[in-house]
Amino acid sequence: MKPAPFEYYAPTSVSEVLELLNEHGYDAKILAGGQSLIPMMNFRLVQPAVLVDINKIPNLSYIKTHENGIRLGAMVRHTQAERDSLIKERVPLLHETMPQIATIQIRNRGTIGGSLAHADASAELVAVTTALEARFKIQNLEGERWVPASEFFVGLLMTSLEPEDMLVEIEIPDLPARSGWSLKEVARRPHDFALIGVAAVLTLDKKDRCQSAKLVYLSAGDGPLVAEEAAVLLQGQKISEDLIIAAAEKAATEEIDPGNDIHATADFRRHLANVLTRRALAEAYQRAKGGK
Amino acid sequence: MTYKVIGKRVKRVEDPRLLTGQALFVGDVSLPGMLYAAFFRSDYAHAKVISIDISQALEIPGVVGVYTAEDMGDDWEPGPPLVSPPPTLENVVFNSRRQVPLVKGKVKHAGEIIAVVIAESRYIAEDAAEEILVEFEPLPAVVDLEKCLEPGSVLVHDDLDTNLAAHLIQNKGDYEGARKEADLVISRRFHLDRGAAAALENRGIVADWDEKNQHLTVWDATQSPIPIRNGLAARLGLRTHQVRVVAPFVGGGFGPKIMMFYAEEMVLPWISMKLGKPIKWIEDRRENFYATTQEREQIHDVEMALSKEGHILGIKQKFIHDTGAFNPYGLTTPLNTQSHSMGGYDVQNYYSDLTVVFTNKTIVTPVRGAGRPQGIYIVERMLDIAARELELDPMEVRRLNFIPPDAFPYDHEIIDQAFATLIFDSGNYEPAFDKALEMLGYEDFIKNEQPRLRAEGKYVGIGIVPFVETTGVGPYEGARVSVEPSGKISAATGVGTQGQSHMTAFAQVIAEQLGVEVSDVSMVTGDTAEFHWGTGTFASRGAVVAGNAVNAAAGDVRLKVLKLASKILETPEEELVLEDGMVRVADKPDQSISLGELALLANPLRGAVEPGTEPGLESTKYFGPAFGATAFGVHGMILEVDPETMMINIRKYITVEDCGTMINPLVVEGQIHGGVSMGIGNAYYEKLHYDENAQLLNASLADYLIPGSTEMPHIEVHHANTPAPNNELGTKGVGEAGAIPVPAVFAQALENALHDYDLEILETPLSPNRLYELLQKKEDNS
Ligand SMILES: Cc1cc2nc3c(=O)[nH]c(=O)nc-3n(C[C@H](O)[C@H](O)[C@H](O)COP(=O)(O)OP(=O)(O)OC[C@H]3O[C@@H](n4cnc5c(N)ncnc54)[C@H](O)[C@@H]3O)c2cc1C
Repeated sequence: MKPAPFEYYAPTSVSEVLELLNEHGYDAKILAGGQSLIPMMNFRLVQPAVLVDINKIPNLSYIKTHENGIRLGAMVRHTQAERDSLIKERVPLLHETMPQIATIQIRNRGTIGGSLAHADASAELVAVTTALEARFKIQNLEGERWVPASEFFVGLLMTSLEPEDMLVEIEIPDLPARSGWSLKEVARRPHDFALIGVAAVLTLDKKDRCQSAKLVYLSAGDGPLVAEEAAVLLQGQKISEDLIIAAAEKAATEEIDPGNDIHATADFRRHLANVLTRRALAEAYQRAKGGK
Repeated sequence: MTYKVIGKRVKRVEDPRLLTGQALFVGDVSLPGMLYAAFFRSDYAHAKVISIDISQALEIPGVVGVYTAEDMGDDWEPGPPLVSPPPTLENVVFNSRRQVPLVKGKVKHAGEIIAVVIAESRYIAEDAAEEILVEFEPLPAVVDLEKCLEPGSVLVHDDLDTNLAAHLIQNKGDYEGARKEADLVISRRFHLDRGAAAALENRGIVADWDEKNQHLTVWDATQSPIPIRNGLAARLGLRTHQVRVVAPFVGGGFGPKIMMFYAEEMVLPWISMKLGKPIKWIEDRRENFYATTQEREQIHDVEMALSKEGHILGIKQKFIHDTGAFNPYGLTTPLNTQSHSMGGYDVQNYYSDLTVVFTNKTIVTPVRGAGRPQGIYIVERMLDIAARELELDPMEVRRLNFIPPDAFPYDHEIIDQAFATLIFDSGNYEPAFDKALEMLGYEDFIKNEQPRLRAEGKYVGIGIVPFVETTGVGPYEGARVSVEPSGKISAATGVGTQGQSHMTAFAQVIAEQLGVEVSDVSMVTGDTAEFHWGTGTFASRGAVVAGNAVNAAAGDVRLKVLKLASKILETPEEELVLEDGMVRVADKPDQSISLGELALLANPLRGAVEPGTEPGLESTKYFGPAFGATAFGVHGMILEVDPETMMINIRKYITVEDCGTMINPLVVEGQIHGGVSMGIGNAYYEKLHYDENAQLLNASLADYLIPGSTEMPHIEVHHANTPAPNNELGTKGVGEAGAIPVPAVFAQALENALHDYDLEILETPLSPNRLYELLQKKEDNS
């Protein structure tokens, strides 16, 4: 379990990174926290010829407010986000998500940017940033562009990042008033990738009707899986137990597309999705009503 | 017997070194000019090797050599049998097929070694291994325990006309007769699956042949350094004094490290002798999943006959045990299942038909528990089912059937893993069982707590299971204890240490005998240069067999000390006391002499030594029990399950352990904690998933789920004490105990928690996914 040979660079600026990526293209890989990349290299599942370590670049791990939301540098470690008071206050869903990712040791090294760029369909951050309609700032030698989450994740471990691109910043907008949120997942052990999970965000109008709803599943397809029809069921309606049951049923049986593996059959995953959606919607609704 | 040091909660003397990273593991051994090995292993579980091309691997800079079976010539031979074949029973079939150093002709399980690369670094060795080209002809794999016995099945060993590795029937009394008398006969089929031992430290070897000295040193993460030394000398044409095997600190054994010779253990010393260079290999986790032995896969058809009061009249079982591709360890594991399928109960009629099969899976040898968890699972599940059918309190049924205290020694009239008659030396089961019920608040839970929780919509259940563990089997272990001129004590034994606290526990035994501080004793384990004779650390035997050898040697040194001191102090031996490293005349503290001074006097530089005496204050003694010491215990848990998500939460876990005299309760508790965590793994988390090609689908710790600290409940341990009558210390083993009853406790508690569902659990491990399937089936049927 030793990696194949590679060249190693540790640049100290984003522009140097972009130069290296431009020069080496598909042969190069960015090394952030290494928590996904290094195991894959040790198993020789990936054999990049060039490794561009971005840990030495200063000023990539900020968390700051920006207009109606917050912005995070790509190198914010999971633990840093977990403990950050601004995130706790402004993006409580993200705050609640962080401890559910892996173990504390992995969170100490793993980065938000790395998790998003890796785009594992089981990663909490992939589902949660989709549910929160985050935007990602991408740079290359030619310039920068902003890509919404809905266009960033394009398939199995795939994003709209090109080999010469670097993800540098993540923007998460504030939720409107009267919004509620919840992340529910089932994992064999707390730190395992979830068998299935769902991030729910609900916003209520003045008459307590559902103004907008978002249900995004993890481990339920090739990427973050958005249950659009279930959301339509909820939209404009007064939230009731029956409605929640109907929406959960719709999402779990018709919309998600979970696979079979040694840990769970697709059937069990659908069952769990149904249970978790009910719980998540109920919690999100309570929070929306409470104005929290 | 009142002790001063034995039985005290002495902190482990090895811990400071371990916790500060100062202890030597095989991975820490680094020698000048050392080379590194990597293996080309077969991905196929069953395939013919058509050709091997190593030419490109040899081209890589830094590669020193690449070896295949052909290169070994006449030195190529399978590993030795580790236990003798079953002797005494009639109509026994036993086909011995042992693992090979490098594959010749046909691969029989995934992970078998086809070629070895030796290079200047492990990185280069792995790069080169990727360049080896092997042409395989894949064959269908033998996977299923029953189908493999059907006529026309593909064969694992072509020179056998069957996949049958062994068949043996044990019989006691007259089961069929008892069945006729029975008020209730229940029969069930059980599936028990495979798990890994998953020690934190994988295996590792450094082999160093010193050409000038004509001497081989091997550092080996093994549980049995002395047999490895003996075997290596024999295989390599050396004398035993030319081979030193050191098992330094080993990060967990759990059984598989008693297996010998692993292919790597046969090959690397051989190559070191060819090259005259030290060679290092540390097994990685992926290799460990394919190449290190595993256990527990069995299918049982069981019948139990009972009276309406709940007396067990007889048990009959027919079971199949999967031994994997080879069976170097003979019948040890399934014999343990046979001898534990009656639990601690007085069963007069027992019929047990054992079939062992070869499959294209990794080799099976004992893993902590070693067949016992399966036996306990069977009998305890059957009792739960019987109690339900008879509408009796399941705890009462157990009480009714316990072997009574006056029936010991209790002869089971069948043979055990050592091929000796299975005799339980001693026990007092009912008080320990009652204590467990009390600790868990059984009655209150059933009467008040559970109904209250049910009303709140919570599914919480209770499980309590008693179990026995045969421990401390022979043949023997030895120890040497000597007093140094400094007054400190040096001691050595042949067994190796993989976390059992030998350096503390054995030191306590010596400190007790010689009146010194535990910290004054320096204990060496697992180094063949320090002790020549022995077998190893396995079968929960360290404290019993090695412990009593240490006690005997220390006791003998004590006699020598007293004899010499009596002469010098001119006082009868009976009036002398050993304390604080001194021999004192009782009541006259000023008349004394230190152990150090006595040691010097016992080894004079000049002058005549009396004929017939030996120099020094030293003794070597051996202990070999006629039969083992049988420990007893009870485990209980209160378990909550979410019947929607199938997720569990163990709210409370208690154990009562009777391992006879405890040398150190802290050590006993540590063994139980570790064992319980393994048992929880076996019950709920850990399963090796083999597919229809005998491919392991979860060969990594990301997918093979080991319970960690986040999954472990708090464990309350209570100690009962029925000293073993047949050894001086009165010790019984406890190393495996913790793991044995857990799957049975878990199944009982889960059924109890889900009692609305009328569920019967007949398999282990039971994942949430599987629990969901079982509940779905129930729903579909109703
Ligand atoms: C045992 C274990 C359990 C885990 N459990 C979970 C879990 O439950 N939930 C979960 O979400 N995750 C889990 N993870 C993954 C963990 O969260 C990783 O930290 C994360 O997925 C990757 O972050 P990283 O910084 O380590 O990225 P790296 O491993 O360094 O990189 C991952 C990929 O992203 C690319 N990359 C990294 N940064 C950038 C960038 N700025 N721009 C462009 N490309 C970039 C790399 O080239 C690489 O391809 C687990 C990991 C392990 C080892």
